[in-house]
Amino acid sequence: MRIRISHAISYEYAEPARHITQILRLTPRDHDGQHVMSWRIEPSVDGRLRASQDAHGNIVHSFYDEGPISSLSIRIDGLVETLDLAGVVRGSERVPCEVYRRDTLLTGQDDALRSFAEEAATGAGTQLSQMHALMAAVSDRMDCVEASGRRGVGAAAAFAAQKAIAQDIAHVFMACARHLGLPARYVSGYVAEAAGLPHANGAHAWAEVHVDDYGWIGFDCANGLCPIDTHVRVAVGLDYADAAPVRGSRQGGEGESLNVIVSARESEGRFANQ
Amino acid sequence: MVAFDEMTGSGAELRSAYTALDRWLKETPAETLALRRSQAELFFRRIGITFAVYGDEESTERLIPFDIIPRVLTKPEWEKLEKGLRQRVTALNMFLADVYGPKECLKAGIIPPDLVYRNACYQLEMVDFKVPHGIYCHIAGIDVVRVDPDTFYVLEDNARTPSGVSYMLENREVMLRLFPELFAMHRVAPVDNYPDQLLATLRSVAPRSAPSDPNICLLTPGQYNSAFYEHSFLADKLGIELVEGSDLLVKDDVVYMRTTQGPKRVDVIYRRINDDFLDPLVFRGDSILGVPGIVGAYKAGNVTLCNAIGTGVADDKAVYSYMPEIVKFYTGEEPILKNVPTWRCREPEANAYVLDNLEKLVVKEVNGSGGYGMLVGPHANKAQIEAFRRKLKASPEGFIAQPTLALSTCPTFVASGVAPRHVDLRPYVLSGANGISCVPGGLTRVALKEGSLVVNSSQGGGTKDTWVLDA
Repeated sequence: MRIRISHAISYEYAEPARHITQILRLTPRDHDGQHVMSWRIEPSVDGRLRASQDAHGNIVHSFYDEGPISSLSIRIDGLVETLDLAGVVRGSERVPCEVYRRDTLLTGQDDALRSFAEEAATGAGTQLSQMHALMAAVSDRMDCVEASGRRGVGAAAAFAAQKAIAQDIAHVFMACARHLGLPARYVSGYVAEAAGLPHANGAHAWAEVHVDDYGWIGFDCANGLCPIDTHVRVAVGLDYADAAPVRGSRQGGEGESLNVIVSARESEGRFANQ
Repeated sequence: MVAFDEMTGSGAELRSAYTALDRWLKETPAETLALRRSQAELFFRRIGITFAVYGDEESTERLIPFDIIPRVLTKPEWEKLEKGLRQRVTALNMFLADVYGPKECLKAGIIPPDLVYRNACYQLEMVDFKVPHGIYCHIAGIDVVRVDPDTFYVLEDNARTPSGVSYMLENREVMLRLFPELFAMHRVAPVDNYPDQLLATLRSVAPRSAPSDPNICLLTPGQYNSAFYEHSFLADKLGIELVEGSDLLVKDDVVYMRTTQGPKRVDVIYRRINDDFLDPLVFRGDSILGVPGIVGAYKAGNVTLCNAIGTGVADDKAVYSYMPEIVKFYTGEEPILKNVPTWRCREPEANAYVLDNLEKLVVKEVNGSGGYGMLVGPHANKAQIEAFRRKLKASPEGFIAQPTLALSTCPTFVASGVAPRHVDLRPYVLSGANGISCVPGGLTRVALKEGSLVVNSSQGGGTKDTWVLDA
């Protein structure tokens, strides 16, 4: 599928902001089943946009603006060609998969989560079927709510609430997989609009688990499936904080309001510039 | 358990290091000792040297108890110890360069890979990053204990932001003022060149792009940190600026210090803030102590952080248990300093043994420090032992266990007079592009309660001046 993504993130500050630094993980990479045909990322600042790679191999952009400014926006336009590989991810890995067995602040488990994970996996033979059973159990239990304005609370709290934003549903799944001894990581990306996908046409989050015989496989519990050609992977990490699209700091800038407009749709055009 | 006494051996002899001190103790009336002790306390109060105890609601700042009887080591004893410390710190730095670089020790099977990869202190940001001048741990505090005339064990390596060196310096200062006659009777190796050595170490690791007179500062978490006194003390002694996160600013990967004359570029930062709080853009986003962008500046090679980020993977207590093999692997030599025999509870057989022998063992959290989260079996009650049994069963990988060591004792002036009390020693080892240096001695900590083996200041420990005799 050829997916056109446009994403605009705008901040307005009631009091002007100064010394703004932002670190962006908003640029996808190529790998099997994902080819980035064009990608533009444009912050509304004068400063230079510096590109680098982080430990997970994500493309990172950072910029600094002296300010004072009363608004800031980041515009992204891109076109990505995807193939349905049933969630299997192959590409270059920078860190050994054992790293992703670590528990983090957002994926810490409690007794309830642990027994839930064990129960869900009972009876499933292979690691792969365990993870499918786990995805079904998490999808069944957790109600996915829209992110607008909500912040993540981490796996244990989200699990207890039974209702969470997509990033915390990914955390719940990762916490369970890690408890069962499998490496699991967080993925932030986009999902194109498609029939039968309740959480599509926008930014989304899911998880990947390293499974014997297959390697990394994606599990999107909010949509109840392994990622297909509707999913564009942008960044991975130990948890949301590690892969967040934007991490920033500023001085001043009280009364911040954030506005996000994002769309991810199948592109009709045959050429990259259409 | 009869411990080795550094003055009297097994009780009958008088060891050479202590001959003059023994005579002086016998000649000096107890009232004089008591008077000097209260004078010493007055000195410390006037200086304002205090420490904070977490979880102690009554007073956030307390005076750390000081014992006026020095602990004495002979020159040959120190020389052997120093050689072992240099070897150990060399290996620690080589280990860090390896786990963040080629990972030879993992390939060679010296240490299980998951101990590194699953360790939260193994900072992924540092993988394949070349630190300035190849040095990770510029300031190390190696805790050693002694069990007999010839054997020192390393109890713990401190490779992150070891504290306590200000006590080493202040203790000597106070002793010199109060007991000039004792110094006249001994040739004691000086320690007051430590600030110069530290400054030389910090200067030596400045980025290659820095001016010949690099701008160095000490980054503190602020006045609520338990070691804030030490931070301001050291900044003063070194003649460098003491800064908090909000005093620094990163613009386009360069760190600046705010001054009344405008921003001034910073080349080297002696940081006393833990990795997790250093940069809210990379580590904990809720940190208000750190400096946004400082990791980017570090990775761009524009500033040197001392110690480097991610040194905690080397002083983790589970990694500790592999240190003898690590020392051998990197230096090709037999380790001069021994490790305390350690059961790794992550290994089921070891954990079974530990669970059966809790009342005899010391159990420690792999990531604990300061004597918190620790069980001293022989001194614990049933409830404490059962609480640890539950913890060990729930997450065995979080713990190690060691035999209860008979730490050496030193004469100590307590309420009942002069009596033996258990001690340890934290020497400070500096590593720079200019080599390794280590002032003679270090900080002696003493467990003031009779029979107690816990020397941590947060748990009722005190300190002593440590003397290395020059002749």
